[in-house]
Amino acid sequence: MFKAFRCIVMRDLTLAMRRRTDVLTTLFFFIIVVSLFPLGAGTEKMILQKIAPGVAWVAALLASMLALERLFASDFADGTLEQLLLTPQPLFVLVLGKIFAHWLLTGLPLVLIAPLVGLQYYLPGDAVITMMLALLIGTPVLSLIGAIGAALTLGLRGGGILLSLLILPLYIPVMVYGAGVVSASAMGTDLQAYFSILSGFLILALVLSPIATAAALRISVE
Amino acid sequence: MSINWFKYSSPATFYPLAGKMVPFFGWLAAILMAGGLYWGFFETPDRLSDQKEYYRIIYIHVGAAWMSMWLYIVMAAWALAGLVFQTRLSFMIAKAIAPTGAIATFLALWTGAFWGKTSWGTWWDWDPRMTSELILLFLYMGYMALQSAIDDPRRADRAAALLALVGLVCVPIIFWSINCPDPNECAALHQTSNPGGGNMEPNILIAMLVTAFAFWMYSFAAILMRVRNIILERERHTTWVNELLEEKG
Amino acid sequence: MSAISDFFHAGGYGFYIWASYGAAILLMAGEIAIIKQQYRTILKRLSRMARMNASEEDE
Repeated sequence: MFKAFRCIVMRDLTLAMRRRTDVLTTLFFFIIVVSLFPLGAGTEKMILQKIAPGVAWVAALLASMLALERLFASDFADGTLEQLLLTPQPLFVLVLGKIFAHWLLTGLPLVLIAPLVGLQYYLPGDAVITMMLALLIGTPVLSLIGAIGAALTLGLRGGGILLSLLILPLYIPVMVYGAGVVSASAMGTDLQAYFSILSGFLILALVLSPIATAAALRISVE
Repeated sequence: MSINWFKYSSPATFYPLAGKMVPFFGWLAAILMAGGLYWGFFETPDRLSDQKEYYRIIYIHVGAAWMSMWLYIVMAAWALAGLVFQTRLSFMIAKAIAPTGAIATFLALWTGAFWGKTSWGTWWDWDPRMTSELILLFLYMGYMALQSAIDDPRRADRAAALLALVGLVCVPIIFWSINCPDPNECAALHQTSNPGGGNMEPNILIAMLVTAFAFWMYSFAAILMRVRNIILERERHTTWVNELLEEKG
Repeated sequence: MSAISDFFHAGGYGFYIWASYGAAILLMAGEIAIIKQQYRTILKRLSRMARMNASEEDE
């Protein structure tokens, strides 16, 4: 079972490395969105520090949303997905592998680029580290929840817009606490509760999302 | 005695049954609404110091808000029933509930805005309840959008049903996260927007409950009417629909 | 007369109250009207289709 998981992850990573622009597009989308806010909202230090956590999280939501469309689309187009559905390995393990690879390619780069946001928005060092930690726990949840939507909207016209309509409301809890913990760290309050909740979301999503995604794939491909 | 529980789970038998139930629920809703509003408007003494005349909005606001939440649960329950028992009718009922639920949600937001303007002096506030209703509206919209984006009715039904269930799991978490964005202070955050601050005039309470019940009955009527439409549309190739059409001429 | 106008005036809150009730009536009556309209359209279309099928069988 673990072998199947690793096989899927390696395959998706190899495929992505052959087409590196897809990964870079997501990353640059994130950077551009984050850089646009100061131009619109003014460059006052006080304001920027206040809106930084929210902006970073909204940009992360949109960036991961943007990449989700491709999660199953190319496999669906060339028939690989149907083969995956027919394999004897449990589908949720394969799905989990695909989601993990997807997170490595779209979520992890956002975590690593977060210090740049910290610089742009005059965040103190503690807050930047907190933001990276929060993104590290939070972005896998985004990929996990988003995978359900990606599976449901597989192969539909206008799937991308529809996907955001379905999934963005479900991202709210992650965003609330992900942004909340950064604000709290800037104010110097206790962060333990935030991280417990975020980790709780991650565990819940890890358990439920692959099953739901597998069911959605069966509905969509059948 | 053996009861055939699934007798009315076939669209062909449910269609006439729904037709018979619609007038019943419709009239019940109308009578209850008229009675409740009469009681609330004319038999309730205006001797409330903290609630001025704008409390009259309560008779539609509370009913709509309750229905908006209740209908989402019912919709998800029918979706689950459809996925478990593989009954077409369950999916049709779930599909029929969504627009009525969305209308109730919109109405709750609309009347809430007018209520807010009178009592808080603002049309919109990021109050947990209002925000939750807004998110609920988004969820209804997502369900309907997915349902209508898929051409194959079988896939549309099941995909939307799964989405409704995912939504049902997420709804408590979403509402809770809106309610206490700061987990360290959550216990201190209690909603104080109860009408009348807990000591509500009993006459208003009774009238409000009656009108809320009327909203429930109205939802039954509207949903059953819509289910009949969906059944006709979906079952148009079957013989019983053709026989029905011949009867109608 | 003044009793009626007082009632609609509602102590200065008339606008808010009747805007709420107006929206409720509009939405609910509109919903029912749309469903009934749909019902008629479906019946019309289905009976037209049935007639088309019948005439095809005759030929």
